Amino acid sequence: MAYRFDFAAVFDYTPVLAKGVLVTVELIAFGAAAGVAAGIACAWARTQGPRWLRPPVAAYIEVVRNTPFLIQLFFIFFGLPSAGVKLTEMQAACLAMAVNLGAYSAEIIRAGIQATPRGQFEAGASLAMSPGQVFRHVVLRPSLQRIWPALSSQIVIVMLGSAVCSQIAAEELTFAANFIQSRNFRAFEVYFVATAIYLLLAVLLRALLHALGRRLFDPGRAR
Amino acid sequence: MPLIAIEDVRKRYGDNEVLKGITLRIDPGEVVAIIGKSGSGKSTLLRCVNGLETLDSGSIMVADSQLVPDELHLRALRRRVGMVFQQFNLFPHLSAGRNVMLSPMVVKKTPEAEAAALARRMLDRVGLADKFDALPDQLSGGQQQRVAIARALAMQPIALLCDEITSALDPELVGEVLGVVRELAEDGMTLLMVTHEMRFAREVCHRVVFMHQGRVHESGPPEEVFGKPQTPELRQFLAASL
Amino acid sequence: MIEFSTWDILRNLLLAARWTVLLSLAAFIGGALAGIAVLWLRTSRAALPRRAAWAYIELFQGTPLLMQLFLAFFGLSLLGLEVSAWTAAGAALVLWTGAFLAEIWRGCVEAVPRGQWEASASLAMSRLQQMRHVVLPQAMRIAIAPTVGFSVQVVKGTALTSIIGFVELSKAGTMITNATFRPFTVYALAALIYFALCWPLSLASRRLERRTHAADSH
Repeated sequence: MAYRFDFAAVFDYTPVLAKGVLVTVELIAFGAAAGVAAGIACAWARTQGPRWLRPPVAAYIEVVRNTPFLIQLFFIFFGLPSAGVKLTEMQAACLAMAVNLGAYSAEIIRAGIQATPRGQFEAGASLAMSPGQVFRHVVLRPSLQRIWPALSSQIVIVMLGSAVCSQIAAEELTFAANFIQSRNFRAFEVYFVATAIYLLLAVLLRALLHALGRRLFDPGRAR
Repeated sequence: MPLIAIEDVRKRYGDNEVLKGITLRIDPGEVVAIIGKSGSGKSTLLRCVNGLETLDSGSIMVADSQLVPDELHLRALRRRVGMVFQQFNLFPHLSAGRNVMLSPMVVKKTPEAEAAALARRMLDRVGLADKFDALPDQLSGGQQQRVAIARALAMQPIALLCDEITSALDPELVGEVLGVVRELAEDGMTLLMVTHEMRFAREVCHRVVFMHQGRVHESGPPEEVFGKPQTPELRQFLAASL
Repeated sequence: MIEFSTWDILRNLLLAARWTVLLSLAAFIGGALAGIAVLWLRTSRAALPRRAAWAYIELFQGTPLLMQLFLAFFGLSLLGLEVSAWTAAGAALVLWTGAFLAEIWRGCVEAVPRGQWEASASLAMSRLQQMRHVVLPQAMRIAIAPTVGFSVQVVKGTALTSIIGFVELSKAGTMITNATFRPFTVYALAALIYFALCWPLSLASRRLERRTHAADSH
């Protein structure tokens, strides 16, 4: 018996899909902003920060990079309440995304900082700037520019990874797809459509980050 | 009967015309130096002769065969005309001996033992008989370039193209490489060399060709080109280089 | 109520971890073969194989692995095949790994300096001879570090197969949590086991990368 595809059954639930997309966007917006901020902080800690800060930061980075996102998510949502930290699904999902991206972007940004020519630090210092000022005003922006493509790729990867947040019932796109297929039993069509939407989101996100990079780092815009 | 006949060769990169109609004939056994400022088209011309660059118009004949830009003909050409590069381009994962043996074995199907013997002879010819098993990163720049020359010679070419082969070397290593080239010249090898080594060109070459902005500006025996420059461009170039 | 000791939890997790290791190996080996095939197409002179390979890579790199697993699981069963979670998981992971390895390896081939192509060309070698004797040996040397690095992603990727029902380490974690109501301990131990599997690979990859670059700078 040949299977008859019925994509119309999926589009009956367009509002559900739309809400899922919205939540996915929320997750990556928060995750990217918080994650990159965390990444900058950690990269600073590992290159310029006090000695005692380096081991814990390094431990955080190594643990996150060597364990699956799913386990990190479960630990935050299911495990932390035993330690007294109770989070909603969205809070847990956002936190997990930020924690995950934070570790990866820390390494990427660190590579960017370490590629800064020595002369830049020396010039800043000889202008009587403190190390913090040198980092903020001289080193950070060129470092980010250097690694922007790699960082953008990582953000897209984490956005695609947000699909996993469905497992703690965060109502993003995959959760929406699961919901729809449990109603219309058209699993293949639903997941096909959801995959296509993810692909589109990835393309859009990449374009957005590229444009953002141009805006932030365009050499034509002297500040 | 010229060994290499370059007729009215033109080449452009986008809007930039790099070779504006070069005509040059090189006889068997002749040693020709090409000099000029960077951007004058010297290396491009050299690379056209063994097909690493394509011509937009004009023709090149090597030993009576027309240069035809398809894979088969180019490979046949490259078996007869060898090239030595500024950056040596030795194969880092092979020893010096294996670098020299590779092409005879793979292209000419020479049996390994014979190729090894050939490689030893070639390395001996450039003064590196004891470096057969050395890896490129264990050799100095001058030694690497000499291995590169041996590698090109192992194919028993009728002519050698040398693209600024001493420009990437520390000054004290230049002499050992030029010594080898001088010997090749004395043995009757046809050489077409892009070079900045004016003294070498004066002493060893039969003819010097001065290129400027994609054209052959002046050409003649070294005494004339270096001693009696006719054009202001050549005078300026010589003043800046000597 | 049955009391589970921490040791019981750990023991059960470790037993399940064997499946994680098995699936990771299968996915990596299968993925390497797929990767070679895709790389071959991707570097073809003809436009059609090249574009097809490009589309394949874009598809698998631009969509969530979870979606790929769902589609494998539900898609294959549409064709009438009795698809176990193991089969679907294996198939999806092989295709996913293949796409990433193909791109990594293509980068390594492109990292071989142009001068190597020119030198071997000027010695009258054919394209196949150039690849076989000069370019590929060097590309493979460059490829070791990032390939080992990617193996970490493969191990972590197996965690998602728990969602389509494959009983490996993460699924065991969920099941044990449901039985013991000790999620903090269970997931912490599961994380520890993943860390024990992945961290050595990460370290190895970094060491190999340092060695590759040390060899270059002389």
